[in-house]
Amino acid sequence: MTGSAMSDSALAKQGAGRGLAYQSRWLERGAEAIVKLVSLASVASVVLILIFVGKEALPILTSPEVHKELNPAQLFLPYPGAGAMWQPVSDVPKYNIIPLFVGTLKVTVVALVVAVPLSVASAIYVCEFAPRSLREYIKPVIELLAGIPSVVIGFFALIVLATWVQRIFGAEHRLNALVAGFGLAFAICPVIFSVSEDALRAVPSSYRTAAVALGSTPSQTLLRVILPAALPGIAASVVLGFGRAIGETMIVVLASGNAALLDASLGHSTRTVTATIAQELGEVVVGSTHYHVLFALGALLFLSTLVVNIAGERIVFGMRRRLGGGP
Amino acid sequence: MTATAGAVPRLGRRPNIADRTLTGLTAAATLIILAMLGVVLGDVIVGGWGILSWEFISAAPRDGMTKGGIFPAIFGTVALTLLMTIVAVPAGVATAIYLAEYAPPNSRLARIVQVCIANLAGVPSIVFGLFGLGFFIATVGRAIDVAAFAGQPTYGKPSLIWAALTLSILTLPVVVVSTEEALYAVPRELRDGSLALGATKFQTVTRVVLPQAVGGILTGGILAVSRGAGEVAPIMFTGAAYFLPYLPTHLNDQFMNLGYHVYVLATQSPDVDRTKPLLYGTVLVLLLLTFLLNIVAIVIRARFRRRLA
Repeated sequence: MTGSAMSDSALAKQGAGRGLAYQSRWLERGAEAIVKLVSLASVASVVLILIFVGKEALPILTSPEVHKELNPAQLFLPYPGAGAMWQPVSDVPKYNIIPLFVGTLKVTVVALVVAVPLSVASAIYVCEFAPRSLREYIKPVIELLAGIPSVVIGFFALIVLATWVQRIFGAEHRLNALVAGFGLAFAICPVIFSVSEDALRAVPSSYRTAAVALGSTPSQTLLRVILPAALPGIAASVVLGFGRAIGETMIVVLASGNAALLDASLGHSTRTVTATIAQELGEVVVGSTHYHVLFALGALLFLSTLVVNIAGERIVFGMRRRLGGGP
Repeated sequence: MTATAGAVPRLGRRPNIADRTLTGLTAAATLIILAMLGVVLGDVIVGGWGILSWEFISAAPRDGMTKGGIFPAIFGTVALTLLMTIVAVPAGVATAIYLAEYAPPNSRLARIVQVCIANLAGVPSIVFGLFGLGFFIATVGRAIDVAAFAGQPTYGKPSLIWAALTLSILTLPVVVVSTEEALYAVPRELRDGSLALGATKFQTVTRVVLPQAVGGILTGGILAVSRGAGEVAPIMFTGAAYFLPYLPTHLNDQFMNLGYHVYVLATQSPDVDRTKPLLYGTVLVLLLLTFLLNIVAIVIRARFRRRLA
C-alpha cells in the first residue's frame, strides 16, 4: 500500500544477502501475480453467470425449433380464449409470464409495506434515541435475523404465519401472497435496517450539534436535519430490500401457495418468478422450450437485480460523497 | 425573554410530547423486529426440542422419511460446506489481499473487482442454481465426460463438487468483504514499520498484516459456512438429492442436505402431519448449525474490533 513493489524489493536487496534478494524478488512477483489473478475470479464469475444463463435463455429469441411452440411475444400477450396464463405442462403449453411477474410484485409490495417502516424506524431508534448501552446489543441481534436460512423462514411462514394470517384475515387460500409477503419481510428487515443505519450514521455529527445549538428538540433535529440528509441512503435501503425480495426463493416457494393466478387479491394463492424456476427446473426436459423459458426468467431476474443493486449502490455512494463522510 | 431563555435548556433535559412519541414509536418498531427473531427461534426450538435425540442425528430416514433420523442430511451438509470453504476462503482472502494491499490507489482493475463482488452478493440464489446447471454440469462436467469417460455421464450430472463450487461463488463476497474490512483496520504504521525494518512487501503482508487480520478472516469464513449451510436454491439442481440410501464418497456423488430435506419434507410429503415432528427436528438442527456459527462470528468480530479500536 505504501511504497511501490520496486522500491520494496530494492530495499530488500540492500538489507539482505544476494540469495535472499533473489528468492524474495521471485516471491514478491509471484505473490502479487497470484492474488491479482485470483481476484479476477469474481469478475470471471459475474461474466460467466451472464454468459451461461443468457446462453440458455437466448433460444427463446433465436431458435426456430422453439418458435414452433412459442413466439417471443406470447410471453407477454394473452392466449386467445385462455387469457394471460402460465401453464407450461398441458396439451397446449402456455407460457405467459405476466402472472408470475404480478405474483412477484404482489409479494414484494407486501414485504416492503411491512418491512420498510419497521426497519427504518428501528434504525432511527438505534442511531438517535437508544441508550448507548442498548445500542451495542440491538444491532448484532437484528443482524442475527439475517443469519436465519431462508428455508427456515419459509417453513415458519408455512406452518405458523399461515395459520395466524388465516385467523386474522380469513383469506380464501391458506397459503397466499400475504403470508409469503410477511415471510419475506423477515428476510429483508435486516437488509433495510443495516443500510438505513449506515446512512443515518454517515450524517456528520456537526449537523446534529449545530441543530441542537440552534435550540432544536431531538425530534426537530431528527425530522428536519438528520432525516433529510440521510434520505438518499434510506431510499437506497428500500431499493436494496426490493432487490433482495424479488430474488428470494425458498420463502415464497413454501409460503405462497404457488398457483399462477393473475389477480390483485392478496388472499389468493400466488406464484412468483423465483418459485417457478425452483419448482419446474427439476422436472423439465433439458433443451425443451419450457427449459429455455425458465432460463429466460432467470436472466430477467438476474438483470433486474443487477440494475436494482447498481442503482442502490450509486445512491449510497453519491450520498456519502456529498456528506463528505467515509469512502 | 428570560422565560424562553430558561425554557431552552429545559427542553434538552425533559423531552416534549413529539420527542416522546417518536422515541416510543421507533422503540416499538425495534421491539417488533426483535420479536420476529424471537418468535421464529422460539417456535422452532419448542417444536423441535422434543424430537432431538441421538437416534435422530445419527440414523438414516426410514419408512418413506416419516421415521428415523437425518444423519445423511447432516453429513451431506457438512461435506458440502467443507468443500465450499476449501475453495471460497482462499479465493476470498486472496482477493481481499489484492484489493487492500497490492492494488494501487485508483486502480481500475480493483474498482472492477469491487463492483463485481458487490453485484455477486446481490445475485438471487436461484440464479446461482441456474448457473451451476448451465455452466458446471452442462458445460464443464459434460466436457470432462467427453474427454475422460467416453461420454458416459460421470461428471455431467448433479454432483457434490458442482454444488460446492456453485456455493463457493455465492459465498465469495462474504469472505472478501469481511477480510477486506479486517485488512483496512490494521494500522498503517505497522506496515510502515515493517517496511522500514527492511521487510519486503510479501513479508509485511504475511507476517505483520495477516496475523493482525486473522479475526476478520475467521469471521468471514464462519459467516460463509453459515450462509452456505443454509442455502437451498443453488443446490436443488446441482447436486442435492431427495433421499439416498448411501453417503456420498466421491466428488461426483449426489448428497442429502438439511435445508433441501426441509423443503422436501414440507412440500413433497403426502402426509404432512406425520412428518411434522421430523420437519421441526430438521429445522432445529439446521438452525442450530447456522445460528451458532453466526453468533460465534459476531462475537469474534466484536472482540476483534474492540482490540483494534
